[in-house]
Amino acid sequence: MSAPILTLTIDGRQVSGLASETVLQVAKENGIAIPTLCFLEGLSATGACRLCMVEIEGSPRLHPACVTPIQEGMTVTTDSKRLFGYRRAIVQLLFSERNHVCAVCVANGHCELQELARAFGIDHIAFPCRHPALEVDASHSRFVLDHNRCVLCTRCVRVCGEIEGAHTWDVKNRGIRIQIVADLDTPWGAAATCTGCGKCVHVCPTGALAEKGKSMAEMRQKRPFLPYLVANRAEERK
Amino acid sequence: MHREELAALAAEHQRHLDTFAHHIFVCAGLGCPGNEAIVAALRSEIAERQLQDRVLLRKAGCMGLCALGPIVLIQPGEIAYHTVSPDDAAEIVASLDREPVARLRLAPDLPFFARQHKNVLALSGRIDPEEIRDYIAAGGYAALCTALATMRPVDIVRCIQESGLRGRGGAGYPTGLKWATVAKAPGDKKYVICNGDEGDPGAFMDRSILESTPHAVLEGMIIAAYAVGASQGYIYVRAEYPLAIKRLRLAIREAERRNLLGHAICGLGFDFTLQLRLGAGAFVCGEETALIESIEGRRGIPRPRPPYPAEKGLWSSPTLINNVETYANIPRIVERGPAWFSALGTERSKGTKVFALTGKIRHAGLVEVPMGMNLREIIFDIGGGIPDGHAFKAVQTGGPSGGCIPAEFLDTPVSYESLNELGSIMGSGGMIVIDETSSMIDVVRYFMEFCMEESCGKCVPCRVGTAQVHRLLTRFLEHRATAADLAMLEDLCDLMKHASLCGLGQSAPNPVLSTLRYFRQEYLDRIVPAEPATEEQA
Repeated sequence: MSAPILTLTIDGRQVSGLASETVLQVAKENGIAIPTLCFLEGLSATGACRLCMVEIEGSPRLHPACVTPIQEGMTVTTDSKRLFGYRRAIVQLLFSERNHVCAVCVANGHCELQELARAFGIDHIAFPCRHPALEVDASHSRFVLDHNRCVLCTRCVRVCGEIEGAHTWDVKNRGIRIQIVADLDTPWGAAATCTGCGKCVHVCPTGALAEKGKSMAEMRQKRPFLPYLVANRAEERK
Repeated sequence: MHREELAALAAEHQRHLDTFAHHIFVCAGLGCPGNEAIVAALRSEIAERQLQDRVLLRKAGCMGLCALGPIVLIQPGEIAYHTVSPDDAAEIVASLDREPVARLRLAPDLPFFARQHKNVLALSGRIDPEEIRDYIAAGGYAALCTALATMRPVDIVRCIQESGLRGRGGAGYPTGLKWATVAKAPGDKKYVICNGDEGDPGAFMDRSILESTPHAVLEGMIIAAYAVGASQGYIYVRAEYPLAIKRLRLAIREAERRNLLGHAICGLGFDFTLQLRLGAGAFVCGEETALIESIEGRRGIPRPRPPYPAEKGLWSSPTLINNVETYANIPRIVERGPAWFSALGTERSKGTKVFALTGKIRHAGLVEVPMGMNLREIIFDIGGGIPDGHAFKAVQTGGPSGGCIPAEFLDTPVSYESLNELGSIMGSGGMIVIDETSSMIDVVRYFMEFCMEESCGKCVPCRVGTAQVHRLLTRFLEHRATAADLAMLEDLCDLMKHASLCGLGQSAPNPVLSTLRYFRQEYLDRIVPAEPATEEQA
């Protein structure tokens, strides 16, 4: 049984999609780009970064496109002055949160946060940077976790739990103090559940997770495994 | 237990109670320390005078007037004594057949008691919360037995819809509509949850209800479960409420023992089991989707809505989630009919509401008033006004999600709509009174610090926004802010309000926004001219 097909309007264009699809999926299929950060195709959507917020006619609230199912006749606006302002502020908040210094980062040039900054024309950070003193976990033999560069998108947590099935990563603390932790807050190298598969390293949008031995701008994430594994899993479930 | 058995038990217990000439109730809430010593002193005094057969001493729930607690109530005669200490026991017991002790007695016509309209709190302080027979003798569980025996689930849903009851947890969503949605949601397995994760600073309505009349909450939940077709329920209470937890555990056990919970409730074909879950101290777990995550055993962080819990809640099943006070309202509505309830209150906000009065107020405590009473009556008549001759400045309603209402709106009738219009919210019922000696920015920064500490950290606007706003408010407090800081403050509040994932982040700017509206001068007074770039901008 397939989901019914619905029609809707995105940015003035008449489009159609399956009732099981989200606004983000349908927009992408039709070549309409909505900025995202925590979202990664193949992983569950959490609606955490709030960059994909869109306006829906008749609703006073903004809706995260990654978790909003399409509805018949809905009219979506994916870009406006207001949305641009919010997205710009969110990216700047992320920059102000930790220590993002592109010039010395392994992911320089291959970083989604950097891409977003470029897309929104961010050449300085309006908010004062918090400059927290955070640790670098280099205890793993092949990988390194630098909390200073983490944007807390939880892609690593999701890929580890949903795709690798190890659930090594999780989140500790609350609010501004949250941090990614391995197992029950042990050094990564001592985490008994880690299989060393490296999936987390390759889904990381920034240089927070990287392969050891990589120098400035040398860390290139390889992601083709994800759609391949997701397709295989779907096949197995049939 | 069938209806007849219930009535027989009620009558039997009432006959037992009637054999005593005097009833002494000692306020034994968590907020009245030292009540154990008072009870012990009264008990030994009664024993010494060999009055055990004439005087019944009971520990009861909160009587509301916490500022003058512990309170001891003598029945019949409605004689209330304030700030009782164990040393007063002899005098109190000696006075039982004579004149009341004048120096301890609260005026019988004290507006604090006379102006209230008790519905949810009607039995608070008048029964022993640890004795199910007290509740049954006072008419408890009759609504449940009647509902199960004579009403169809759809009749109950209609009854709640017609009553106009709205959620008492904060948002004021129509309770009947929520029930109807869950009742109609497809699914074999449905759940009922009671949200007792009361976390607003200065709010203790739910704690008091759970401590005083735990059976009323259970009865409301069982009726709800029958109405929506649920077979299992959870009560989620924060672990910081040990007495409420102890009394709930006892209440669940007692209700099970008397076949008011479990299989074939009241001898009819309806099964419902209830379990207790303790919160581990996260404010955000009061948010319904975070609470559900927590019950499922995961980190308590909110999920995006939709899907709403009514459709896909606990373990992806349709779930009804209401607040403690909402459930406590149910038995009386079912018993007395929706018209009785909707006769109270305003056009769109029906019934009564419990408020926790705290801050700079003479009669701090718990009050229940009809919706539509104005703030002045609540704060000055019932609450006794501001102590030490200071002037009223503002009242903060709705906790960290609410706003500050200045003196010019004191005559506003309290309802969900009127408080929203003023930039605040009803919330769960906390009212913090602020006098002229307090700086509004100090108050607001306190609430922002609370939200910053309690943000789950999942979404960016709330996680980083609360920290940045807190830093800005600190600059205002220290007279270091610039005009650019004020603009940034307003922009960040706007972002958090519209872009945050859950109610915590969306409403965290409310205290700031409401004070920017009513007390803007306090912000402007703290602005210094912009200085040339210092190390902070570098």
